[in-house]
Amino acid sequence: MDIFLQLLVSGFAVGGVYALIALGFVLIYKATSIINFATGEFMMIGAYFFYSFMIYMGLPAIPAFIGVMACAALLGFMVERLVLRHMLGQPTISIVMVTIGLSSILMGIADMVWGSDFRSFPAIVPRAPLIIGEIVVRSNLFYGFVLAVAVVIVFALLFKYAKVGIAMRATAADQSASFSMGINVKAMFTLSWAFGAVAATLGGIIIGNIGGVHPTLGHIGLKIFPVVILGGLDSIGGAVLAGFIMGIIENLAGGYLDPYFHGGVKDVAPFVVLVLILLIKPYGLFGKQEIERL
Amino acid sequence: MSLLAVKKLSLSFRGLQVLSDVSFEVVPGEVFAIIGPNGAGKTSILNSISGFYHPDEGQIFFEDQDITHMAAHRRAALGIGRTFQNIALYRGMSALDNIKLGAHSHLKTGLLASLCYWGPAHREEMALRRKVEEDIIDFLEIEAIRKLPVGSLAYGLQKRVELGRALAMRPKILLMDEPVTGMNAEETEDMARFILDINEEHNMTIVLIEHDMKVIMDISDRVLVLNFGQKLAEGKPEDVQQHPQVIKAYLGEKKARNGHIPSAAR
Amino acid sequence: MRIGDFKANYVADEAVFKTPTVRFWMGILFAALLIFPFVAGNYWLYMANLVGVAIVAAVGLNILTGFAGQISLGHAAFVGIGAYTAAILTTRLGVPFFLCLPLSGLSAAVFGLIVGGPSMRMKGLYLCIATLAAQVIFEFIFVHWESMTGGIRGINLPAPSVLGISLDNEFKFYFVTLAVVVICVTATRNIFRSRVGRAFIAIRDRDISAELMGINLFHYKMYAFGISSFMAGVAGCLWVNFLRTVTPEHFPLIESIRYLAMIIVGGLGSVLGAIFGAIFMTLVPEILKNTLGLLVDAFPQAMGYLFPLQQIVFGLLIVVFLVFEPHGLAEMWRRLKDYFRLWPFEY
Repeated sequence: MDIFLQLLVSGFAVGGVYALIALGFVLIYKATSIINFATGEFMMIGAYFFYSFMIYMGLPAIPAFIGVMACAALLGFMVERLVLRHMLGQPTISIVMVTIGLSSILMGIADMVWGSDFRSFPAIVPRAPLIIGEIVVRSNLFYGFVLAVAVVIVFALLFKYAKVGIAMRATAADQSASFSMGINVKAMFTLSWAFGAVAATLGGIIIGNIGGVHPTLGHIGLKIFPVVILGGLDSIGGAVLAGFIMGIIENLAGGYLDPYFHGGVKDVAPFVVLVLILLIKPYGLFGKQEIERL
Repeated sequence: MSLLAVKKLSLSFRGLQVLSDVSFEVVPGEVFAIIGPNGAGKTSILNSISGFYHPDEGQIFFEDQDITHMAAHRRAALGIGRTFQNIALYRGMSALDNIKLGAHSHLKTGLLASLCYWGPAHREEMALRRKVEEDIIDFLEIEAIRKLPVGSLAYGLQKRVELGRALAMRPKILLMDEPVTGMNAEETEDMARFILDINEEHNMTIVLIEHDMKVIMDISDRVLVLNFGQKLAEGKPEDVQQHPQVIKAYLGEKKARNGHIPSAAR
Repeated sequence: MRIGDFKANYVADEAVFKTPTVRFWMGILFAALLIFPFVAGNYWLYMANLVGVAIVAAVGLNILTGFAGQISLGHAAFVGIGAYTAAILTTRLGVPFFLCLPLSGLSAAVFGLIVGGPSMRMKGLYLCIATLAAQVIFEFIFVHWESMTGGIRGINLPAPSVLGISLDNEFKFYFVTLAVVVICVTATRNIFRSRVGRAFIAIRDRDISAELMGINLFHYKMYAFGISSFMAGVAGCLWVNFLRTVTPEHFPLIESIRYLAMIIVGGLGSVLGAIFGAIFMTLVPEILKNTLGLLVDAFPQAMGYLFPLQQIVFGLLIVVFLVFEPHGLAEMWRRLKDYFRLWPFEY
């Protein structure tokens, strides 16, 4: 029972981070209908920037953090303007492959600039783990979780009440109607990419703070797909909820099944769940099926 | 005997009633027109007959066979041909290949035969090519453009290629969704002539949706009028034109001059 | 300049190689392919074999993704299934090589049908992500089903033999690879001369209207998955018999992406494109390696940058082609031919 609770709680904490990354992913998808296979690489690059700001430039954690957010927004902005703007109206395969190409470029650049060694952040948060009864949560994970949840709440409020958030939601719902209402649709595309990149970067910093930074840190971004399919590609609430569910599922599956398979279950379990979901509901649990016309 | 019989058809999407209780019959050899304002449910009827939409209630009979729950591709093989309101050609193929595709149900080449090609598949393709060239491309007067990708063709020509593709299906009944909409006077005249030729020479039964009243009055034998998913009237064009409810639906309470429906009523 | 390209009958008009000029150059190409192994060194023969394997796999993927429009991120897993099937059949049951080829294809095709089965209800992105899941799950099975696959150590196998001749070097294997490539390319080309190929393209361009034209969507999507993974399996069998070892590391997600990159760069929905793409994407990393090798004297660390440089170039190629030449090398080739066909005139 203790093991179960322990796995549940740390799964919940990891799930918070997944929820944050999935949020950024769904933001981009909702606004532009592009699924960003480079999400993981955005995380990785963000983590490296954070590392560089702290180590090479000697900035304290907070200014470094703010600087990274600005850089992430700029990265999202540039990717949208320079590459994806040209891909409007192209078939799905082309759009998927362009983001995959971007991820390969980012990985290569990171490898060239920072090398392939593991880098660790200096200690940012207190080291003492959080202890609830018998359950121990590592401090890095705990503070990461707190940060992730805080950001998710901020984003949610922004979307619900801020003018720009409402404009973004309107763009997602109906591009041409929004355009005729005076919303700058293209600016909304760019903005969604900037927001998406910021969310991914935050996730990258949290993950980097837990396990170190490496050019392949982005591989964790693949786990976003089971999450967003579970939540439905176009549902922000669904993505957040699914992030938590998937964090818990993978932790439980890893904890209980790893001994039988000599490890690796944690990484495959979300995909097994993904297949099961798609077999039952081809458009995810919360996704909407489009009515097609002829 | 009716070729096609639609009985008490009802259809809704997420609570929006698109068709309610629509019934009509189409007899062999006639040109049957469906008219009505936008959103009246005309295309939904064709989609239900083709098998793309699945009605909530009611039945559809083709040659006295209940096809209400039959898969769409099997209906095509039975002899239900179709053209579309917004051209639905395959943009990656030439006009010729698009037309050949219409003959799909009549060809036998399977996967393995196609891998090998020489022999039966080759003979079948050559026979098909001859038939398509002589019966369809010649008839529709599109020799010059048959090898061009359809995406590069003018709107009127695309519509013609789409008709060619439907003819290659060798249907017993041809469902045409707005065949002349968006065409200029000359193209409209050509298309009307093709439709009449198909109907008269090949004795093909035609169900068409159209807004152009002049064309409807000229070529159709009977007309069904729909409004808000309900049947308003059915009968000969000239009778329907005088039907008080029809005039009301199109023009509101005020009576139109001469009691005619203006040709641009949409 | 070539003029007067008229045909007297439909048979001539539907031929693959339409004019005497084209037939002449095809003859030259075949002769060159047959002479090549006698003049090339071992390194180039080695590369030629790898290119051949890539061509078979890429042509297969292009049928599914380029022609039938079903995106697959799991193609490498099917190549892997073919490779493991061949390795297991050879080492456990002693099945001869020429039987292994079709059997590996069939085995991959069976799994292809299982993965493709749900494609009837899924479209576009959802299918793409489902095939991603298949890739991850198969990778897991390759590693963890140790009793069958040998785990991370993999399986080693002896040199294959055909008609008593042991294919133990690049030279002898080249002819087998060439034969398989020619058969696969011809068969694929044939598909697109008949109703089956037309149905694939129709499903890609307008699936709903394709169904209303009488195409059984489920059957044809299954055909596409079956053929595509069959060729992947055959490529896997060639691959494992050429390198004579198989481990899970050979079939990661990035390998699936490499196959997709081949058909993007070569040209989606073009048999010739898949061939160009396979050649190009196999040779570019090697060219990079050799170029860096030349710099080693001046910059001793140059080789350290090889891997990241390959990654950057790989990504750049995909992005640049998609943005500037979405129809790929096949389209560039067509323009080049048009230029020479009309030479010295511009129109």
